[in-house]
Amino acid sequence: MQDFAEAFTVAFGLVGALDADLVEIVVLSLRVSLAAMVVSCVIGLPLGGWLAISRFRGRGVMLVVVNALMGLPPVVVGLMVYLNFSRAGPFGWLGLLYTPTAMIVAQTILITPIIAALSRQVLEDLNTEYAEQLRSLNVTGFRVVRTLVWDARFPLLTVALAGFGRAVAEVGAVIIVGGNIDHLTRVMTTAIALETSKGDLPMALALGIVLLLIALGVNALVMSLRATAARYAYA
Amino acid sequence: MKKVISAMLASLGLAWAFHSQAPAADRAILVQSTTSTANSGLYDHILPIFTEATGIAVNVVAVGTGQAIKNAQNCDADVLLVHAKPAEEKFVADGYGVKRFDLMYNDFIVVGPKDDPADISGMSDVGSALKKIAESGSVFASRGDDSGTYKAELGLWKSAAVNPAAASGAWYRETGSGMGATLNAAVGMGAYTLADRATWISFGNKGDFEIMVEGDNQLFNQYGVILVNGDVCPNVKSAEGKKFVDWLRSKDGQTAIAEFTVGGQQLFFPNAGDGAT
Amino acid sequence: MLRAVIDPPAPAAPEGAASTRLRTRNIVLKIDGKSVLDGVTLDFDPDRLTVIMGPNGAGKSLLLRILHGLLKPTGGEVSWGGGPAGPPRQAMVFQKPVLLRRSVAANIDYVLPKSECRDGEECAGLLARVGLAHKARQAARLLSGGEQQRLALARALATKPEALFLDEPTASLDPPSVLMIEQLVKEIQSTGTKVLFVTHDVAQARRLADDVVFLHRGCVTDHAPAADFFGGACSPVAADFLAGKIVI
Repeated sequence: MQDFAEAFTVAFGLVGALDADLVEIVVLSLRVSLAAMVVSCVIGLPLGGWLAISRFRGRGVMLVVVNALMGLPPVVVGLMVYLNFSRAGPFGWLGLLYTPTAMIVAQTILITPIIAALSRQVLEDLNTEYAEQLRSLNVTGFRVVRTLVWDARFPLLTVALAGFGRAVAEVGAVIIVGGNIDHLTRVMTTAIALETSKGDLPMALALGIVLLLIALGVNALVMSLRATAARYAYA
Repeated sequence: MKKVISAMLASLGLAWAFHSQAPAADRAILVQSTTSTANSGLYDHILPIFTEATGIAVNVVAVGTGQAIKNAQNCDADVLLVHAKPAEEKFVADGYGVKRFDLMYNDFIVVGPKDDPADISGMSDVGSALKKIAESGSVFASRGDDSGTYKAELGLWKSAAVNPAAASGAWYRETGSGMGATLNAAVGMGAYTLADRATWISFGNKGDFEIMVEGDNQLFNQYGVILVNGDVCPNVKSAEGKKFVDWLRSKDGQTAIAEFTVGGQQLFFPNAGDGAT
Repeated sequence: MLRAVIDPPAPAAPEGAASTRLRTRNIVLKIDGKSVLDGVTLDFDPDRLTVIMGPNGAGKSLLLRILHGLLKPTGGEVSWGGGPAGPPRQAMVFQKPVLLRRSVAANIDYVLPKSECRDGEECAGLLARVGLAHKARQAARLLSGGEQQRLALARALATKPEALFLDEPTASLDPPSVLMIEQLVKEIQSTGTKVLFVTHDVAQARRLADDVVFLHRGCVTDHAPAADFFGGACSPVAADFLAGKIVI
């Protein structure tokens, strides 16, 4: 299709020229989604660790709920955050609607269940190996979670990247709470949606290609870090 | 030591991620507006002129007219700029807006595929054209949302004495999306649709589509501007918002609107002098 | 079957060792309704290295886990020193070493108190004892099997245990590692730590044991000083085992 050929030309033109608007949009995308990933890990990893090692009534129900929340539709999350952050909503006084912070909050809600559910699986597997040894060493409670999270740091990196990938690729939540405001809350995905609605399909595809390249870059960077670190202390 | 450094780096990173940017953020106003005005590039043309003159930055959220009005009712706007006069007047009457002013106009057009299955090309009576589309069962893509364009479209069907809802899902397809997405859908399935001229002219994915019907008085498309009421929404930046509304209606603002062209064509015609309601 | 529960000669126990005097009374363990340990009553001498022997499936590892507190018995009780002092500091070395996914030194640091941490003298000394000083910075899980088990032992020692449990720690290790571990285990017992060592390797038991406990089908058949046990004063089933016959 001609659109694809044109899209690649436009994409490389954009990247080659380091278009200032494009750079701004890319930086904001990374900023918002990386922050959401970090916050989600701070919440989701201990939660996943706790679900991995604890046994309590209702745990099964909780696992089902967390796993189901992985399928939260971004638009629903966007609406929930909008209703809360709107001036008419309970947190309207914070004045956060249509700011990058609101977008970070929305993406955090979106990907925390992913981080928690996937890390729960990873940590539970590691715990079956470690549990007896750690009990023998008299390690209990939160220190068990800390040990598991640290020792599973490389598999968990992949979990974090899965969360980042979901965050940076979603459009439904950020377009509602961010508003796609030029130079303020416009990110890659909302820019793609905008170009699509303008009928500028080559530009939309080109931005999509740039987004893909960024995702590739982030993953390559993390994986090479992982390879280096693994040679040190991990096997 | 290494831990302290990495903790500091991490907190710096988070602070960077969360700090709100936007130069002159406290002097920025928020405008809820329609996709047609934003997507055509009108704001890219006129806002820098306003900001240079006043030092006030303007942030635009572009959604359908219905959603724009709802957002403004939630106090998530300082200024509302839309095109659905009855809804706008109700917004003011309900106390959310200070006053509604006419700002500018353009017109709606019916676009369709070149092979024109309903044979309406060149007609100037939009009512008869719609009737022919209905009678021939030609596919028509409707916005199907709460936008100004959709409201206008429903009015046109009514005056043509056709009830398209009866054919919903058959030849009458409601996309439930914005103007651009609906145009993309129409081009994709070879359907007629009603669009505002500004969006159509600046639309990039026209395919073999052409304007079929234009020039009927019924196709007149009036845009209005309203300052959100600071008594109802205490967070509204009334002074800055009023400045923006006044500027848009001033000679400078009206000239800036008139000077905006795409491919040599003027998209919006200022008419603020025609008075307020 | 249960020929005799021979109490080892009871020397006047030194005061300090009282807390590591480990007794069990009528330990029963049922798994899915089947008894795997059936009325185990033992009184371990804190000053002698005890080797627990028996054929596969006799319940040796399960008994060790119960003694260490990793497993709750269905019935009976485990008591230390008889007093209210509670159990002493204890550590265990498993048949398959479970090492943290960190460096060799970090595996030791993990159990050292914060103040002694970060590859200090304590850690270096422990690694030197197991012959791993030169590998401190390497990934623990990239060590050979023998090195891994030596590291696991060093880590157990880092907890300064008053009682040390070892569950077939040298099964499938290279001979130098086996010798080094046996040497260390003897040293540890001689410095006042109570050692309980599970093995089914007769030669190893001969090398290590002061006392021997022989388990068969969840029951104690023998508990005797090593000299008596290997000298012929043992139950028929233990004699068969020592003679290399198949005991089920």
